[in-house]
This record gives sequence, structure tokens and C-alpha cells, in this order.
Amino acid sequence: MSGFIPPFAWQRVVVQPWTEDFNVSFWIVVMGFLVAAACGVVGTYLLLRRMALVGDAISHSILFGLVVAFMIFRSGGTMVMFVAAVATGLLTVGIIEFIHRQSRVKTDAAICIAFTTLFAAGVVLLSVAEMQGPVHLDAECVLYGEIAFVPLDPAVEVFGLVLGPAPVVRMVGVLVGLLVLATIFYKELLVTSFDPALARSLGIRAGVWHYGLMAVLSIVIVSVFEAVGAILAVAMLVVPPMFAAQLSDRLPVRFALVFLHAALSSLLGYQLSVWLNCSPAGAMVVVGAMLFLLAWAVTRPRRAAFPGWTAPS
Amino acid sequence: MRSFLRLAALAVLLAATPAEGARIGELADWDFGSQTVRFFSLQDASVRYALAGSMLLGLCCGLMGAFLVVRKLALMGDALSHAVLPGVALGFLWGMTKNPVAIFAGAVGAGLLGAVVVQWIRATTKHREDAALGFVLSSFFGVGIVLFTMIQNLPGGAKSGLDGFMFGQAAALGPEDVWLLAGVTVLALGAVGLFYKEYVLTSFDEGFAQSLGWPVKFYHYSLMLLLAFAIVSALQAVGVVLVSAMLVIPAAAAFLLTDRMGAMLAWSAGLGMLAGAAGAFFSFTGQSLPTGPFMVLAAAGLFVLALLFAPSHGIVRRLWRRRSRVARIRRENTLKAIYHVMEDGGFREEVVEIEGVADRRRETAAGARREIVELQQAGLATVADGRVAFTPEGWQRACEMVRNHRLWELYLTNAAQLAPDHVHDDAEVIEHVLGDETVRRLERRLNYARRDPHGKLIPGLADLAAGAPPSERVAGFGEKGGAR
Repeated sequence: MSGFIPPFAWQRVVVQPWTEDFNVSFWIVVMGFLVAAACGVVGTYLLLRRMALVGDAISHSILFGLVVAFMIFRSGGTMVMFVAAVATGLLTVGIIEFIHRQSRVKTDAAICIAFTTLFAAGVVLLSVAEMQGPVHLDAECVLYGEIAFVPLDPAVEVFGLVLGPAPVVRMVGVLVGLLVLATIFYKELLVTSFDPALARSLGIRAGVWHYGLMAVLSIVIVSVFEAVGAILAVAMLVVPPMFAAQLSDRLPVRFALVFLHAALSSLLGYQLSVWLNCSPAGAMVVVGAMLFLLAWAVTRPRRAAFPGWTAPS
Repeated sequence: MRSFLRLAALAVLLAATPAEGARIGELADWDFGSQTVRFFSLQDASVRYALAGSMLLGLCCGLMGAFLVVRKLALMGDALSHAVLPGVALGFLWGMTKNPVAIFAGAVGAGLLGAVVVQWIRATTKHREDAALGFVLSSFFGVGIVLFTMIQNLPGGAKSGLDGFMFGQAAALGPEDVWLLAGVTVLALGAVGLFYKEYVLTSFDEGFAQSLGWPVKFYHYSLMLLLAFAIVSALQAVGVVLVSAMLVIPAAAAFLLTDRMGAMLAWSAGLGMLAGAAGAFFSFTGQSLPTGPFMVLAAAGLFVLALLFAPSHGIVRRLWRRRSRVARIRRENTLKAIYHVMEDGGFREEVVEIEGVADRRRETAAGARREIVELQQAGLATVADGRVAFTPEGWQRACEMVRNHRLWELYLTNAAQLAPDHVHDDAEVIEHVLGDETVRRLERRLNYARRDPHGKLIPGLADLAAGAPPSERVAGFGEKGGAR
């Protein structure tokens, strides 16, 4: 029990990772930031739509789509994975909506039914596929996603310029794409999230945006947990947006706070993992949750910490 | 790095590993028939334990899940099954052994703390249930992973076998696990039996329970405690994700099958047991297939059956009801059209041409003929030589429809002050659903008026003496009503 929590040695915990192991530390922290930021941007909209747990649902049901795609195409290429993820994500949401519309079962129970059933089907199919021959699927993208391996991935070079490990480059692409979409469709997403009735009267089809958001969510989840595992995706879809919502009611400010949260949780989380010698992804989640608790403690008396940032009510 | 590999497998999708857990059906020579016989003869101890464990699990989770579903807390099961992870790790740290009592206590404690944090976030922030559950799920799970990875680094920690605890292994259930499940099930049954009234009231109307001075919080947390018991004891059999499935799916199916809480509890527990038995059976007879996912797929199959064929809430029943309602309304509209054609002719003829009905319904002749064949099949009209005549029932029904329509038009113009040319569409819809009592009250309110706002006759109770053929009635009608 005594050796359970290692002593905090400044040299080992803070200096060494950024001098001797700079390459490892840098890419892990950058990847953590990218993942948390991408998840946080999508999660902000999910939180507004009271769908925080749909991310959790899709991250489980995606297993089914990946296994089916693997059984059909016998490969785990990026495009195949994206298509499978989007299809499964939309299937999940479709099932949830079908159960909710066609019966009196409430949405939360429908979510649970949809993703656990797809997940169970995925596990069964996976073991069936394993009987027929070796499956590279789990090793590639479902089970062994772990942020500590990111620096070990082969680096991507463009015109002789070394950009960085492949997952990081891909994640940058996903984040940039996400931000572009969020900027172009800012108005539509805003209106459909806050007031679907107003959106309808303006001729904006809330259903289309709903499914569009789910498709983007599926892509983010699959690209995240291929590299770093599902837990970080599920946590970062919920925690940074909650942190931001705790501090501000304005959407642009929330996005800025999401980025701040992403940077802090990935950096401090990594340091924590070095200190305790534990999983970096888990430590980032723990720090992220701590940051929310801090924001919560600060804002207990009022709703927003910075009154000037709060929209007039 | 190697340990990371194993841990990532553990951490990412905890329940994915029943595929790698022990399997009942692992046999060199496999044959469905003999495996079935072996399963049902219960000659193997492992089959007996797996079957008993799976069924107890289904019973216990079904019972708890019914309360979750009616309380709209379905995802609480999902959150708590993740939230127990740090408790498992702390339980292990208590003496560095896989002491079942310590692990059980730690897990239940963590689960309860998770339930408290959910309530706390809901009470003190603007965040809703879904965000609170998501926060507890992911942050507790994150803490659990940190603790697990730290245990791996301890001397002796790598061989802790804790990952085995987290992986679903229904097939490898031993006598102790079955006894634990049995104990938890008895506890859950006892608590639900003892506090049945209280749990039902606090589930459906918390405000009322509070106003009675009941300790609502006590009942909520005692239910959460039982839920944590159920989750922790079931975790070993089916794994984290599939526990929440066994909590919610049988209960949701039961929710569709009945409107009474007692019956729902019984259905939910029964369906859970059935799913558990089916999961054990399929994984035994199938070639080394995992138990937990089959249990869930069996439960999902039962849910789909309930969704489709539930006696009053099923999709098939509802579609059937809608179909028959649409058919009835079509019949009634055809009857009304025949009446109108007769009325236009001053009720001098007892039969009308099908073409006349087709004109009136704005239909093709073939379409009108089809509708009239439907009337004939329902015994409301007879056809001969392209002409239609009412049967007595048909005449009565037609009069009723016309009466309902015109009474409603009159009511809207008199009582609701609508212009006479604005009332037709409304009456066209409501004529099919007005009940006898409403019609009587409308008649009284309108002083048994005989004329609608357009000056047409409203057939009254006296005009619909059952069985009177049109020929005997129309004479009186024609004189009083006249053509338009």
C-alpha cells in the first residue's frame, strides 16, 4: 500500500518528460488536446440538445458496424471505417427514434436498448469472424486504441516535411473539418439546437441537421477511439461542454472554454499520468472531471462566473 | 508497454471480452442435438451453475430495471455499471487480494456515490439528467482506469486477475457467484415486497409522496443501493455494458405488455429469466460463443416481439386498429353519399345509381363500386343491376352520420358563432367519433332542432327506428324535408 502513490519528484515528473522524452510527451499532449477539442465542439451541441449520452451509445454500437464492414471488405482502411461508423451511428439513432415514435418507451430506455443490442450483436459477430480466421479488427481499431502508442505510429511526410504521427495528422484534419462545418452552419445548428419550432418556421429542417450532427459525431468517435480508446471519446463528449456551460451561456464563449479545458486537461492529465505511472487517457479524464468540479465550486452561488459573459435574460 | 496493451483491452470496451472468457461449449466434437440433450439433462455442473446464474441475473435485473424504466432512469444502470469500477479497484487495494466481500463493498459504495453525484449535479447546476449521468459514467470510469493501471504496477498487481472480474463470464460462474446472485435476488424481492407501495408511489408521483411526508430520498437511495447490488453481482456474468442491457430491455418489453406495475414487475422478471436461460442455452449449443451477448440478443428478440405484438401497445395492434378505423370511416362516408343522393331525389327512389354515388364521392365508377362492395360485405347495403339499396342497418347508420354532421354544424353556428360556411370541414371529421351521450346532449342543447344551418333536415331519434326499411321512412321525410 505504501508504494501505491509514488512520491512527487519534480525532476522525474515535470522536467524529464519535456527534456529527454520530448517527442513522446509532445505528441501525447497534442493528441489529447485534439481529441478533447474535437469531442468538446460536437459535445457542446449534444449537451444543448440534451443528448449527452448519445455519444456513449454510438461509441458502443460502432463495434457492430466495424465488424460488419470488416466481414464484408476484409480490410480496416480509414474510408471503410468512416463509412461503417457513419452508417452505424445513423442506424443507432434511427432505431432510437423508431422505438420512441412507434411505442410508448421513453427515449432514454430506447437509447439503452439500441446501443446494447448492437454492441451484443457486434461481440457475437466478432467471435464468429474469429472462428473463420484471424481478425485484425480488434488489434487495429477497437480494443487497443491507447494514447500512449500515438508517438510510436509512423510519421506522415508531405513534400519531405515531417508533419507528425498519422493519428495526429488525421485528428487535425477531423478537427479542422469540424470547425469549418461549425462556422459555415453556425446559424442552422444554433437555431435547431435551441428552438426546433422556430427552425421549422424559418424553413430549416431540424431532422436533417439532427442526422447530420449524428453523422459527424460518428466520424469523430471512430477517429478518436481508433487512436486513443473509447473512454476518452465518451468522457470528452460530456465533460468539456459541461465545464464550458457551467461558466458561460454564450455559445462562442463556450467553444473558447472547451478549447481551454481541452488544453488544460490534456497537459495536466499527462503530468498526472507520469507522476502516478498510470494510463494517460484515464488521467486526462480525471483532470477534466476535476476542472468541472472546480468550475462547479466557483459558480455555486451564481449560474455564471463572469456576469458580463452571460446573455441577458 | 505490454501491460498497456492488456489494459487498453480492459479499458476500452470492458464487456467485449466474453468472447475471450471461458466458454461452456468448448468441445472438440460438436453436435447440436447432443449438446441440446446435454443442456436440458443438466448433467454438467457447469451447465447447472450457468443456467441458475443466468436466470437469477435475469430475475434480479428485471425486477430492478422495471423501476428504472418507469422512473425514466434507464441510463442510470449504464452509468452505475461504469461507476463501480473505482470501487472494485479500491476493494482490491484493501489487502491486495481478490477478496469478494471487500470488492463487493467497494463497488457498491462507488455505485452509491455515483448515484449521489448524479442527484447533486441535477440539484445544484443547470445540467440535465443526461449530462449528469454522462459525467458520472465517464469520470468514475476514468478514475477506475487510473487506479487499475496503478495496481498493475504494484508487485503482485499484474496477476491480480481483476480484469477477469470485469469481463463477463457467465459460463465460468461458480457456486459462490450463484449464491451471491441468489442472495441479492432474495434481498431485492424482499425489499420490493416490503416497500412495494412506497416504491410505486415515489416512482410515479414523487411530489405527492413528499407531500405525504414520506422520506422520498430514502426510498430513492435504497432503490439505488439494490441497483448497485444487482449490478455488481451481475457484472461478473455479463460485463459492464451488457448489465445495463439486462436491466432495461426486459423491463421495456414488460412496459409495453401491461399497464399495471405489479404485472410489469412480474413480466420484467419473467422475461429477464427467459432471456438468461436462452443466453445460456445458445452459448452452450453454439460453438464456443459468449454467453452475455446472447442473453442480450435474446432479450432484444423478446423486446421486438413485444414491440410488434403487445396486446394493446404493439405496433401490429395499432396498425390494425388504424386500418379498421379508416375502413369504418370510408364505409360511413359512402353511406352518407348514398343518403345524400337519395335526399337530392326527394327520397322518391329506394335505390340509387352507383354513378350517382361516384359523383357524390368524387370517385371513379370503379372506385365507388369497390366501396359499395365493402358496404355489401359489412351487411349495410345490397346491390342489384348497378343500383344500391340500404339494408335496415345501413339506413340507420347513414341517418346517424347525417344527423351527427348536421347537429355539429348547427351547434358550431349557434353555440360557437361560426359562419355557416365554415362549419362543414369540422363536422366532416367529428361525425365519425361522436358518441351517443354527446349526441343526446347536443340534441337537448339545440332544442331538438329539425333543420341544420343550411336548411336541411336533421334525422332525429324517431326517424331511426331500427329495422324500418327506407320506403316506410322516406315518405314522412320527403314531406317534412322536401328537396333542399
